[in-house]
Amino acid sequence: MHPYTNQGSQDTRSGFGAGLLELGRRNPHVVALCADLTGSLKMDAFAKEFPDRFFQTGIAEAHMMGMAAGLTIGGWIPFTGTFANFSTGRVYDQIRQSIAYSDKNVKICASHAGLTLGEDGATHQILEDIGLMKMLPGMTVLVPADYNQTKAATIALADHHGPAYLRFGRPKVANFTPADKPFVIGKADVLVEGSDLTIAATGHLVWEALEASNTLAAQSISAEVINFATIKPFDTEALLKSVTKTGRVVTAEEHQRHGGLGDLVAQTLGMHRPAPVEMVAVNDSFGESGTPAQLMDKYGLNAAAIVEAALKVRNR
Amino acid sequence: MASIYDYPSQIRRDILRMVHKPQSGHPGGSMGCTEFFTALYFEVLRHNPAAFSMDGRGEDLFFLSNGHISPVLYSTLARAGYFPVAELSTFRLINTRLQGHPTTHDGLPGVRIASGSLGQGLSVAVGAAQAKKLNGDNHLVYTLHGDGELQEGQIWEAAMYAGAKKVDNLIATVDANGQQIDGSTDEVLPMGDLGAKFAAFGWDVMHLEHGNDLDAVRAVLREAGTRTGKGKPVVIIMKTAMGHGVDFMAGTHKWHGVAPNDDELVRALAQCPETLGDY
Repeated sequence: MHPYTNQGSQDTRSGFGAGLLELGRRNPHVVALCADLTGSLKMDAFAKEFPDRFFQTGIAEAHMMGMAAGLTIGGWIPFTGTFANFSTGRVYDQIRQSIAYSDKNVKICASHAGLTLGEDGATHQILEDIGLMKMLPGMTVLVPADYNQTKAATIALADHHGPAYLRFGRPKVANFTPADKPFVIGKADVLVEGSDLTIAATGHLVWEALEASNTLAAQSISAEVINFATIKPFDTEALLKSVTKTGRVVTAEEHQRHGGLGDLVAQTLGMHRPAPVEMVAVNDSFGESGTPAQLMDKYGLNAAAIVEAALKVRNR
Repeated sequence: MASIYDYPSQIRRDILRMVHKPQSGHPGGSMGCTEFFTALYFEVLRHNPAAFSMDGRGEDLFFLSNGHISPVLYSTLARAGYFPVAELSTFRLINTRLQGHPTTHDGLPGVRIASGSLGQGLSVAVGAAQAKKLNGDNHLVYTLHGDGELQEGQIWEAAMYAGAKKVDNLIATVDANGQQIDGSTDEVLPMGDLGAKFAAFGWDVMHLEHGNDLDAVRAVLREAGTRTGKGKPVVIIMKTAMGHGVDFMAGTHKWHGVAPNDDELVRALAQCPETLGDY
């Protein structure tokens, strides 16, 4: 049985808000921008305490990205906040030219990613953002698993020079990583050691992977669970080390198969150590309205789906 | 010591020769904005070409939003001392720092943002202007935009923000040459009264009728500087002729993105005396 306990469910966006507030107090160069979603992004505490370092842009995400790029010229460290859909697809060219190609030190912070945004439906449930962002040269991509890790990742980004994308979500989910653990960009965490298969998970699916490992353990299947909270730069070494032991992988993410963690794991293994892979991810479709739990169940993104994939990959 | 009046003809020669060699680039808008760049870089900007810093603290900043007129930017930057004039011969060639559209990617001094995909430079300038305010730096931020570029929606997002939030350390200039790739702006998408549009967004609007008259450009930029710090961003609607300076290139969209051939280059250079020495 995995040794982690839920310290009390919290939303990862609140981890971002807490991290940003702490950064505001700790780092006088941090500024924040938001496109009319201050409450949803939990940026209101920062805005209230540091009004001179907070820029409300209105519903103008393209302008917000360009303005953030401009703020870096003069030494500021901007954190932009809006939903993941409006942080990526809507403003891809602004990010590509004004931030990534221009090597600007902008932190693109994106909430309400994936299906767990819930009832608003597919227009807002982006499932392509990890792929979009990891394709940009030089872009760091972080997808933390819970409140504590999102807070730590937010804080770590201020000391990391270069463009970065931080993905988090709306619903309250298990908070299980240590509160005081620093986030190391580029390092995956082996949460549970195992020998029969590797479960490579990111974001909200990490807790589901831990729960799945318990179910598998009850069937005498030993699953190694790795939290890939950094998608890029990818921790190739951690993956290969684990697969050398287990020989097979299940990937789990709240994202399309195309372009996500699953793609990345399959590519890495194909190049370095071919092994069977099963992917728990959305399979080339849009989402829809529903509660987060209903959606994760319907689209097969939960512990039960991970267990099913694990049994399948074992027999390949 | 070169006179400011020596620059426009030499910069036009540079532009023509730069685009001729790779048979690629955008001479029309570059030649139309030569007087603007001359006035800005050789008289108005408080800058430090010998010690370029990305940070730009304690200096005026300029952002070229319509990045396709890179030839005039590169010639001006080189002639102002940002990098060797000889490097102009590498424009658009493999391994050059003088990319088709400007970039920070190769460390070219004088460039602080990539541009080329249109409509993004005003937002960047607004951010840089806000950074100056946060830093207590009373220097100014300048931009240049094409008139066709104003068809991009992001320009108006930035314009609304700058007006509403009183970004009054910012001077934007619109190169109103009335031309874009597919034809005149009136043929492609008439933009109506640009001055009235900016005024409605809360900007202090200035008009310049003769954007290819160097003294007129110098005067309008000087006056624009005196109108900063008064609660409104400043915009100059500057009428120019695309391709100005060479009779067969002037006033038509034909030379927006077409390089002269060998014969045309000879004929064009004959109209632009070598005032400061070719690269």
